Amino acid sequence: MLSILVWLPAIGALVGAIAGGRRTAGTVTALGSLGALGIAIALIAGFNGNGDQLTHVIDVVWIRSLGIHYKLGLDGLNLFLVAMTTFVFSLSLLAANLRSQARPELFFLLLGIAESAVLGAFLAQDLALFVGFFDLMLVPFYLLTGIYGGPGRVAATTKLVIYTLAGSLLMLAGAVALAVLTAQDSGHAINFTYSALEATRLGRGTQEWIFLLFAAAFLVKMPAFPLHGWMPDGYREMPIEALSIFSGVLSKVGAYGFLAIVLPIMPDAAVHFQTLLLLIGLASIIYGSAMAFTQTNARLIIGYSSVAQLGFITLGIFALAAQGAQGAVLQMVNHGIVVAPLFLIVALLAARAGGSEDIRDMGGIAMRAPVLATIFLVVTFATLAMPGSGNFVGEVMILLGLFKTKMVFSIIAFTGVLMASVYMLRVFIRSMHNRSGPEVDSREMRWRDAFVLVPFVGAILLFALYPQIELSRAQDSVTSSISAAASVAASTTAADR
Amino acid sequence: MTLPALLASAHPPAPHINYAAIAPFEALLGGAVVVLLVGLLRSRFVRYQVVPALTLLVLAGGLAVTIWQWNDHLSVVSGALRIDDLTLVLTMLFVAAGAATVILSWRARAPRESAHGEYHALLLSAIAGMSVLVAAQDLITLFIGIELLSIPLYVLCATEMHRSSSLESGLKYLIIGSVGSATLLYGLALLYGASGSTSFSGIAASIAAGHTSNALLLTGIALVLVGLAFKASVAPFHQWTPDVYEGAPTPITAFMAVATKAAAFGVLLRVFDVALIGENLNWAPALATLATITIIVGNVGALGQSSLKRMLAYSSVAQAGYIMGGVVVSSNLGAAATVFYLAVYLLMNLAAFAVIIARERETLHGDDIDAVAGLGAERPLLAVPLTIAMLSLAGIPATAGFIGKIYLIRALVDGNYAWLGVIIVVGSMISLGYYLRVIAAVWMRDSPAPAAALAGNGRPLIAGGSEEAASDGRDFEVMLVAVLFGAATVFFGIVPQPLFDLAQHAANSLTAFL
Repeated sequence: MLSILVWLPAIGALVGAIAGGRRTAGTVTALGSLGALGIAIALIAGFNGNGDQLTHVIDVVWIRSLGIHYKLGLDGLNLFLVAMTTFVFSLSLLAANLRSQARPELFFLLLGIAESAVLGAFLAQDLALFVGFFDLMLVPFYLLTGIYGGPGRVAATTKLVIYTLAGSLLMLAGAVALAVLTAQDSGHAINFTYSALEATRLGRGTQEWIFLLFAAAFLVKMPAFPLHGWMPDGYREMPIEALSIFSGVLSKVGAYGFLAIVLPIMPDAAVHFQTLLLLIGLASIIYGSAMAFTQTNARLIIGYSSVAQLGFITLGIFALAAQGAQGAVLQMVNHGIVVAPLFLIVALLAARAGGSEDIRDMGGIAMRAPVLATIFLVVTFATLAMPGSGNFVGEVMILLGLFKTKMVFSIIAFTGVLMASVYMLRVFIRSMHNRSGPEVDSREMRWRDAFVLVPFVGAILLFALYPQIELSRAQDSVTSSISAAASVAASTTAADR
Repeated sequence: MTLPALLASAHPPAPHINYAAIAPFEALLGGAVVVLLVGLLRSRFVRYQVVPALTLLVLAGGLAVTIWQWNDHLSVVSGALRIDDLTLVLTMLFVAAGAATVILSWRARAPRESAHGEYHALLLSAIAGMSVLVAAQDLITLFIGIELLSIPLYVLCATEMHRSSSLESGLKYLIIGSVGSATLLYGLALLYGASGSTSFSGIAASIAAGHTSNALLLTGIALVLVGLAFKASVAPFHQWTPDVYEGAPTPITAFMAVATKAAAFGVLLRVFDVALIGENLNWAPALATLATITIIVGNVGALGQSSLKRMLAYSSVAQAGYIMGGVVVSSNLGAAATVFYLAVYLLMNLAAFAVIIARERETLHGDDIDAVAGLGAERPLLAVPLTIAMLSLAGIPATAGFIGKIYLIRALVDGNYAWLGVIIVVGSMISLGYYLRVIAAVWMRDSPAPAAALAGNGRPLIAGGSEEAASDGRDFEVMLVAVLFGAATVFFGIVPQPLFDLAQHAANSLTAFL
């Protein structure tokens, strides 16, 4: 079942590419992705929220000599991330189908491979497999940006790939070291599965240097301050559908890696570096928000707002409290479903502002486009975590969790919520209201654009009204994944006293 | 004393030779003679088509007897050679590289300008030399092997006789190679002086018994290391590599890059991990240092290159540094990782070189990076293998290079050389800078050459296109090699177990670890 889920998008894209034809490639790829979405929804419906056990496990020995398994499994932690991935991919693929471009087969083939790689990374229960998928999902985006991106695409994509691959190569070294040293400690044969690695806890010094290697990879991917150097260029040049996926989905893999891999396997190191990671999260919030105030390119404002949002998620994870981590997982899903439509809306806005993505050239677009304005407003409110939105629930839980363990951080982080409302409203007002820009041609969105955006709004409303649908299913898994680190943290605090 | 007894004491009995056991060498060298003679025939068809076909046949025969001897573990010619799984696995690699080279040079300029018979006979002798080298069990055979492989290569580098850079490359290789050989020979002499034995097992026993003079032994080890480092293009003895690789005919460059490297590392395993294993505490740190220098020099050197052949030359230096890690740890796992990486290295490099050869013939840019610009839109069947090769060299998942690197790092961590594993990773990061430049050129740039620049039949004249050779300027067999090796790179990236088993067998034949 999970194998079908993982590979369906890539197979769909491959079939589409071989079948050829301008229209077929995109349609078949989107169908493959929609099929994966259907499977994901079925999995949610059938998910039994009790306990932290893996379900639908597939465990085949892949490379015997290296102890690498092809092991996929579903638990409360990755369930909704998988669903969010298929959802965002499906809709972005539909959006991409609406415009024509050169060499569509390659475009959709790359996106299909990317979706399979992301799903694989979320579902992998083997560290080497995870690293494989983690690196693999970068290749399509490297090519997508480089081939279909804006004018500065080659420089931007090279920067992007060098940043992220540098991180993930370090992680590769860390993963191999982790498995080999665990095997030496436990006396068993080498085994890369999460369960085997969790069973034996390495010495604290070893955990610490390996932790740093993993953290580098995940923080670059998120991106977190100060490792976000690739982000502005990359975001500016990426084709918009790829960007909405990249920002909505790929950034979450880093955060997921912390929760699923780092905290359970290296709890001592996680506690040791807790303050450092919290500081990074806080710095990301403040830096991201401050930059979002000053930018005028709509893409970059949203990009920097993502840096800030991912900062929140980092805080939630490294609060090392059940509530914070749950909030972080909820927020990961929420952020995915708000940021993807934001970028798609930016594309619509740019089309109405003479092709410019600068908010100074926009303005007054709401005049003859009330539906577009409404949808944009809903998404904006969700992004700035208006009470009543799913993001509000997520952020409150993060701050609550943090308040219990590290009160000071929580108080400072609270300002981030305020700042978010300022910069998001700035985008909305400058683009939709105010004086009309020089080349603004206000017109309503077409039906087919609505076809893409309305499901996003529906999902936002669903999570706003009933976040429990996610929380109840994720609860047990999230609690168990941070339990090791939380107990280490508790005993350290007790020892301090 | 009777006369026969006197004669017998003057002429020691010739060693018993098990001719069946050395069948691979016989096949290759005998085939070389046949190919040379057939090449003398006047008919153009025979020289242009039959000779290469015959060479392929000889290689197939060599491969067949190699497989036939699988699991034999014979020690032949009074213990001078050992036919074990390491020898056989590496011989398979040489044969594969040789076959690819023959196919790649089918319509190339080099054999036309020298002579088909000589060209292919030299190639076969070089392959035989490599097999002898990795089968060697004593210092004398080692030296014979290394000369038998080097001398044909000196000539082969200079076979494009009307291009001065090819001649320069041959001469340069000859001079530097001779320096390397001389250094190696001196080192071998000192090893013999220190241990009193020329056989690897004798040296190992002498070291284990503590009968060696330390100063002599260490000097000998150092000189042997330098001599072999020249062959394996390990920094700081790599300076010849870019020049020779660039100047030599491209099929020969491909052959040197993959086969010579495999031979040099095969013999490094034999010498250091068997004969000198007792001194491992002394040489391992030195080797690790050399590996570090090699990784840095190779990767940094490759960054600024615009010639693809030079870039791959520096990349081969860097990859030699990675492979060196497998020798450093002196463990069974390390040896297996070395053999595995050599096999993987062969696959991905041959795919890359095949594409370069195809573009050399199709465009006016030679091996410049411009030659592959815009390939993605124009020739996907060439672009995809090149992309796979570059990704694999950089170590991206779903390619064999990724698994190879995991395997090497695993062996290093296991042997307490985790820091060298991190150096490999750092090297890979630097290497992205130049591998990705190629991918960027392939997919993200437009082809700079207007089609009108191609002469007459679609093949540029400077590439030596002649009437009967060029059909449409797209050489089917070159494309086949590219696609085949590109596909193999992906295949073994996803299903590496068969290669693992081969590598493990080969490593198990180094008895020191068992």
